[in-house]
Amino acid sequence: MAITSRGFSGRRSATNVKLPPGQYLTTDFPVLSAGPTPHIPLDRWEFTIDDGTDVLQRWNWKSFRDLPTDTITADLHCVTRWSKLATSWEGVSLDVLLADVKTDLPYAMFRSYGDYTTNLPLKDVMNKQAWIAFNFDGADLAPEHGGPARLLVPHLYLWKSAKWVKGITLMPHDKPGFWENLGYHIYGDPWKEQRYSGDE
Amino acid sequence: MWRVGTVVALHDETATARTVRLEVPDWPGHLAGQHVDVRLTASDGYSAVRSYSIASAPNSEGRVELTVERLSNGEVSPYLTQELAAGDRLELRGPIGGWFVWRTQQTEPIQLIAGGSGLVPLMAMIRSRLSAGGTAPFRLLYSVREPAAVFYRDELHALSAHDHSVGVCYAYTRTAPKDWPRPPGRIEATLIATGAWPPNLGPTSYVCGPTSFVENVTDLLIAAGHGRENIRTERFGATGERK
Repeated sequence: MAITSRGFSGRRSATNVKLPPGQYLTTDFPVLSAGPTPHIPLDRWEFTIDDGTDVLQRWNWKSFRDLPTDTITADLHCVTRWSKLATSWEGVSLDVLLADVKTDLPYAMFRSYGDYTTNLPLKDVMNKQAWIAFNFDGADLAPEHGGPARLLVPHLYLWKSAKWVKGITLMPHDKPGFWENLGYHIYGDPWKEQRYSGDE
Repeated sequence: MWRVGTVVALHDETATARTVRLEVPDWPGHLAGQHVDVRLTASDGYSAVRSYSIASAPNSEGRVELTVERLSNGEVSPYLTQELAAGDRLELRGPIGGWFVWRTQQTEPIQLIAGGSGLVPLMAMIRSRLSAGGTAPFRLLYSVREPAAVFYRDELHALSAHDHSVGVCYAYTRTAPKDWPRPPGRIEATLIATGAWPPNLGPTSYVCGPTSFVENVTDLLIAAGHGRENIRTERFGATGERK
């Protein structure tokens, strides 16, 4: 039961958009990262999919950019409570990247340059729910926002959309990634307000 | 789980920033560098939540201090810096965050680099070191707009005057005191070379401030030879009610 804050009326949003609980609307694009921004030259960039033992797929920047792409309009919800609506992206869907991967492994660890990791159930990145995005708002994705390419999985809190992504390791069991090991929720559904470990 | 803290003291740091001291009876304790979520609720049930860094050292008395910079277009910070009074109750959740923290067991040299109100979690680290009687060598490089915008002025002054193991170096960005040796400007390579621990001492660096500040400073640290694995960052964007 919340206590009332004497003299607080708040500044309600003038719009009627429905946001996940505890979020507020912003129009700018804040940055949150645990460490320095990596600067990855495109001629050294690669993206791999492995099963923990063998590399199953590998792309360099050119072969990655030869893949079919989608344009995506997505609402972003950050665990630090800002939401940004109707952002535009271009990226390669995980459906395309995983099309030739035969696997029964149900979980994925996304790996990034700079050693960031985040875990996701494989079913959450299939069926046009997730992309490796390289273009934001009509321009190459800036390094501080995860360029040259980041995961975009807009139905979960934004820390799941790993910046500077370089690959996927498929796993038999779910395992916490970087923030999930440091007090954040293992799954991170903004509509259920799964912010921190211990949230249902 | 939301806890209720009682405001026991308020202190203006600058014309736009205020420190709020809370007593939280069931506070589980925190580490230097962690933050809390603060929830305000209007009489009709509308609520707004923002995150703020904890400024106080870990302690067993349930004391939590937040230093809040007022944002002109903010929803929560104007209330915390202008309306809140001693005796008011405030809802908190936390502590939150396990990465941007300094633990008293760490013995390596520590380089703190703050941009504006990014000083708050770094001050908790300095206070944590002092209250634990730690000996890890600390340096603070504090980028601040002008002398009047300095947080914790007397405390920082006393630190550099009496405890030489915490060196404080100011980098004014817009207006420097009269006869200040360095012209105002953002942190540049020379200042990193002269004001920060050199990489061969194996320091851990904590950098906190606005995004552009953190991007600039971390690029300079890496160019100066610091390993990226030894640099921890906390950024706030233009909406910026975090820290």
